[in-house]
Amino acid sequence: METAEHPQTNRGRFRWGEPIFFNLTRAAAVLTLLLLAAIILSLVHGSWPAIQKFGGHFLLSGDWNPPKDQFGALIPIYGTLVTSIIALLIAVPVSFGIALFLTELSPPWLRMPLGIAIELLAAIPSIVYGMWGLLYYAPIFSQYAQPILHHTLGQIPIIGALFSGPMMGIGILSASVILAIMIIPFIASVIRDVFAVTPAMLKESAYGLGCTTWEVVWHVVLPYTKVGVIGGIMLGLGRALGETMAVTFLIGNTNFFNGFSLFLPGNSIASALANEFAEAESPLYTAALLELGLILFVITFIVLALSKLLLRHLSR
Amino acid sequence: MKEQKTTLEPVIIAKNLDFYYGNIHALKNINLEIYNRHVTAFIGPSGCGKSTLLRTMNRMYNLYPEQRASGMLLLDGENVLESGVDVNVLRAKVGMVFQKPTPFPMSIYENIAFGVRLHERLSKQQMNERVEWALLQAALWEETKDKLNQSGMNLSGGQQQRLCIARAIAVKPKVLLLDEPTSALDPISTMHIEELIAELKTEFTIVIVTHNMQQAARISDYTAYMYMGELIEFGLTDQIFIEPREKQTMDYITGRFG
Amino acid sequence: MDLRKKRRIVNRVALSCSLLAMVFGLFWLAWVLITTVKLGVTGLSWDLFTKMTPPPGAGNPGGLLNAIVGSLLMIVLATALGTPMGILAGIYLAEYGKHTWLGQTTQFINGILLSAPSIIVGLFVYSAYVAHMGNFSGLAGIFSLALIVLPVVVATTENMLRLVPDTMREAAYALGASKHVAILSVTLRASMAGVVTGVLLAMARIAGETAPLLFTALSNQFWSLDLNQPIANLPVTIFKFAMSPFKDWQEIAWAGVFLITLGILGVNILARIFTNLRYK
Repeated sequence: METAEHPQTNRGRFRWGEPIFFNLTRAAAVLTLLLLAAIILSLVHGSWPAIQKFGGHFLLSGDWNPPKDQFGALIPIYGTLVTSIIALLIAVPVSFGIALFLTELSPPWLRMPLGIAIELLAAIPSIVYGMWGLLYYAPIFSQYAQPILHHTLGQIPIIGALFSGPMMGIGILSASVILAIMIIPFIASVIRDVFAVTPAMLKESAYGLGCTTWEVVWHVVLPYTKVGVIGGIMLGLGRALGETMAVTFLIGNTNFFNGFSLFLPGNSIASALANEFAEAESPLYTAALLELGLILFVITFIVLALSKLLLRHLSR
Repeated sequence: MKEQKTTLEPVIIAKNLDFYYGNIHALKNINLEIYNRHVTAFIGPSGCGKSTLLRTMNRMYNLYPEQRASGMLLLDGENVLESGVDVNVLRAKVGMVFQKPTPFPMSIYENIAFGVRLHERLSKQQMNERVEWALLQAALWEETKDKLNQSGMNLSGGQQQRLCIARAIAVKPKVLLLDEPTSALDPISTMHIEELIAELKTEFTIVIVTHNMQQAARISDYTAYMYMGELIEFGLTDQIFIEPREKQTMDYITGRFG
Repeated sequence: MDLRKKRRIVNRVALSCSLLAMVFGLFWLAWVLITTVKLGVTGLSWDLFTKMTPPPGAGNPGGLLNAIVGSLLMIVLATALGTPMGILAGIYLAEYGKHTWLGQTTQFINGILLSAPSIIVGLFVYSAYVAHMGNFSGLAGIFSLALIVLPVVVATTENMLRLVPDTMREAAYALGASKHVAILSVTLRASMAGVVTGVLLAMARIAGETAPLLFTALSNQFWSLDLNQPIANLPVTIFKFAMSPFKDWQEIAWAGVFLITLGILGVNILARIFTNLRYK
């Protein structure tokens, strides 16, 4: 028969359970932190021969000549930055539009399926974009999009030069468009999420003044959320800079500079690594490629850190 | 009229108890006795310290580094505020039920067995008996005996709260702390819980925080009125509600303030 | 009057543009998926699952058996390696280290690792492991993929644990549970569904990762389960076959793309519907 008498026989306590578990979790956290240090150290260590040999010249020279053991990173750095910036120019307005549609226009029952559909763009593996891009999108891009661009934007003085040259379907512009599609879901979902945390009262006050939906978003929601929106754009940029496989298929992989036209093939840091690293024979070649990797990591680290700082208050 | 028990044995004695949230002095020199197998209610306006006082009794504040208590809080003659006290053992003696029902994401049976296993090693048979006993005590046995393996989260709000009470008493504490246990419940469930409290006091010492004065008047034997971290008045519930000694208490009870 | 009309037109134009943006996004999704399904389904055959990858220009169709098995093997082992570490670190971030220097720094760095280029992970494992061992190996591939799983699991575990209300923790402590018991049997249990979803999404992600395998696992034309040797896997095989001029290789590559995409999107759709219904 049970009684409510407090049982005196307390179970023998295992006093080490708590400190063991605590230190286990802390060790795992430290290890995650050490991973970053290890990545940086191993890249610096691996690229040391190249850093010693070429110094700052590595960043300024466009001469990438493996047979002569001569390496300058300007072409892939240029390609990485240009493709990422063009991708942003396309992706930012589109992502903004998508976020606007999802938060303000879409009927509620469509929000989840449409939101998931856009997020799926990010789930499709890079290699799929690459293969599809090379075999299906590039021919159509060269046949329709490039002539149109050449006959419109290409006729404007100065920037017209960007839209001239051979229309092959692969090249800087072609890769940038695919990059844009790949980063749209990242930027769009961040913008959607920061839009969603705008206080309803703020929006209602603006609607109460007689504002149109567009005016509410442009004059109230966007200024209120601009830090988060920039954070989302930075996240997209970070993704674009390091994107590898799709760019490798589409950028043309040439280490020679033939002009500023965006129709021309080029190279990015990531695709140079993907193409050349496994075949690099001389130690200096390997070191130069590792230095490329180090440069890429440092750039993306800064961009992503900025993004994280800007989005910090959102997750709290 | 409430029945007056002959022996008034204090289980908890607070002596010069102070409490701080960082720099905020939240409890000021509290002196109070909680009597065995009686219901004591803490009432007072929000922020008066009644929940803080309750959470001092099982050292819940230990979870938050910026909170600290000083003075003495004796449970069976032992000062529970001392640093050497094993809080987990203390909490086996002093159970607690919260404002909102907090069933764990496990079956009804496991919800109750979880707490017991922390402190005792029981055979399967003993554990079954203990679970049944706790559910019977909490007046939940009839409703749940056929679905002990279902999740505790599927019960109704009132049933969840009784499950939490069953979980707390399954450990067989001496004292049961109830922190506004009916504030999230509908009137019918509230009535069930109040009836339950009246039955539980034959076995357990109960301390309840409530913002509902009628509830305090209905179920408690002793009442403490608190204001701005101070204990203004403590006494038999009937006396506090019918002829309070302090004018402040009178004002609060008659609704002139609060 | 004029002003009101102008404002209305601006509004219309802006909202139409937003609709167009939505259509633009869906257009590419549809195009990629339709191409993949169309070409993938035609390439599907029993041989795909029973035969090995063919040598160049062999004329016989061949299959993807070794690549499929190799990929599954690496995905499972990498997840098994990265998940426990990730869950432990996530527990530290959410339950112990919230206000500590270590907790906040790790949280910040983990957020960066989450989006860092995966090819860098490949480079790292190459320099830290492959270069010392002297050859490409399945184990190196597993390390790379595990390093990609890790930050995903850390972030999901942390986020899911933070969704558990503090009252649940207090209720566990009020029964006399010590902190690790409360975490393991109450809070972690309460967020298990979310953590499992996160792990599944991490598996889906590494299933398609190619870049980190290029200099680690490489690939293998033959059947091999030796983790100290290069191991065949779907992404690198697809890369090699897609870039090749041989028609039959390209067909097999499409079938591989179809399998990967189908699996990844399936997991993603289920996981997202599940989380949306549960947490919103």
